[in-house]
Amino acid sequence: MTTEYWRWKEYRWTAEDKDWKKADILTAGVDVGSVSTQAVIMTDGDLYAYSNMRTGSNSPDSAKKALDWAFDDTELKMENLHFIVGTGYGRINIPFANKAITEIACHARGANFMYGPTVRTVLDMGGQDCKAIRCDERGKVTAFLMNDKCAAGTGRGMEVFADLLQVHIEEVGDISLTVEKEPPPVSSTCVIFAKSEASALLRKGVPKNEVLASYCSAMAHRVFSLLERLGVEKEFAITGGISKNKGIVQRLEKELGIKPLTPKHDPQIAGGVGAALFAKSLIEKQRKGK
Amino acid sequence: MSYSAGENMITAGVDIGAKFVKIVVLNDSKVASKGMALGGFDQKTSSLELFKKLLTEAGADEKDISFVVATGAGKEEFPKAHDKVTEVTADSKGANVLHPSARTVISVGAEEGRAIRCDEQGKVVDFAINEKCAAGAGAFTEAMARALEVNVEELGALSLQSNNAVPMNAQCAVFAESEVVSLVHAGTTKEDIARAIHDAIASRISSMARRLSIEKDVVLIGGVANNKGFIESLKRDLQMDIFVPEDPEYVSALGAACIAHERASAKEGG
Repeated sequence: MTTEYWRWKEYRWTAEDKDWKKADILTAGVDVGSVSTQAVIMTDGDLYAYSNMRTGSNSPDSAKKALDWAFDDTELKMENLHFIVGTGYGRINIPFANKAITEIACHARGANFMYGPTVRTVLDMGGQDCKAIRCDERGKVTAFLMNDKCAAGTGRGMEVFADLLQVHIEEVGDISLTVEKEPPPVSSTCVIFAKSEASALLRKGVPKNEVLASYCSAMAHRVFSLLERLGVEKEFAITGGISKNKGIVQRLEKELGIKPLTPKHDPQIAGGVGAALFAKSLIEKQRKGK
Repeated sequence: MSYSAGENMITAGVDIGAKFVKIVVLNDSKVASKGMALGGFDQKTSSLELFKKLLTEAGADEKDISFVVATGAGKEEFPKAHDKVTEVTADSKGANVLHPSARTVISVGAEEGRAIRCDEQGKVVDFAINEKCAAGAGAFTEAMARALEVNVEELGALSLQSNNAVPMNAQCAVFAESEVVSLVHAGTTKEDIARAIHDAIASRISSMARRLSIEKDVVLIGGVANNKGFIESLKRDLQMDIFVPEDPEYVSALGAACIAHERASAKEGG
């Protein structure tokens, strides 16, 4: 079998110091993205457990698997949860969710929780899209721009390059930063054309790290233009899988002149966190109504 | 056979595209030889080799050449050109020579799509180009053929056998590749997927052409014009007849050659 260079490590976490049995409100947010799925469980609006795994070919299965993995050995079960909100690309296809909310709203709300209420601009770099979101001090969306039409500037584009250069996707960023001098960015926007351009560079004998640096800086520039159009206000946070790629983040930081905040938890769970927080608000509303 | 000055005029058009080099050699206003070769890594060498071969085929010698015009994305690579013209100029001239009533020329190559409005003399009136995105170029059908595991030549024939329009949601070639794989898994037939692929690229091309209010006759040229499935999809999308000349991939080189012929005649006359 050929090596799957796009394959990244799945991950789960539990707050060891918390006991869910003592919680008044138990909610979950499940973010089914095009590439990855996260399930986040919150006890009274605080992070309790989460999982982050690859989305399979079937959204309901992926959502269920992620939630089961987040439960793991906590003894928590689906029936203990008071409210579940689904979000992401596959949100309408989660049978056990009580409600579906857009990922734009969830990412802003989640970033507000994870990075603090000073966050005003969120860049979510996902598997098949890229969103620039402006939000207020409560994590409410005030404006956004999104690219979901073109693979340039998304994780999918990075997968294509990892595969071409036979470098594991999690190492791309670090390798791209080993260049002595920053090479010019890949000139083609389109991933298909950029791939031909990179092949030509490799044939000419340009080393891998330089080709990766060229692509990372092109990608950083691509998301930079999206942010420019929206206008960036501090503080700035990056969520989504690509936010773990230092090669992109450092180059974007340089171009923007703004340092992004660093999260305590996996930046890929922001959407799930937001969804779990919406779930909490919704159940509180329901209880008040009774 | 050799040519003496003033009797037969030898001119040539060299079109160095993203993928292939196409050359047309004219003896007066008649095509003496034509051929194509992969541009490859070194477009300069491959185009010079092809040029030499075609001159021999035409029975001419390098010293007999009156004028050479280069065009295409790699036009700077050809050292023997007396002049260069843009791709839209060459497209429009070539289409006019073969089909004088052409008023809209659509040219789809490996990495570029162009729509050109031209007058009765084959002069460019207006144009639109997509060179940024593979979704409106031959690279799209190539990537899709790979995903479907068929030759790009088979793709056209397959698509003509379908009478079921399956929508493709993705525009981007990278996303469309995944969509093709999903369609295969969902049990959609190869024929229907092939049609969906051609409908998708046709819709990209026609929306580019519509930016220039399309006028009849519409002539389709470039390598992708060899794909009958694409032609059908484009006809459906534009809802009008499309004329495809024989050997549509040579039209731009022919246009360049005709311009070379005009320049040489003007030089001689003046």
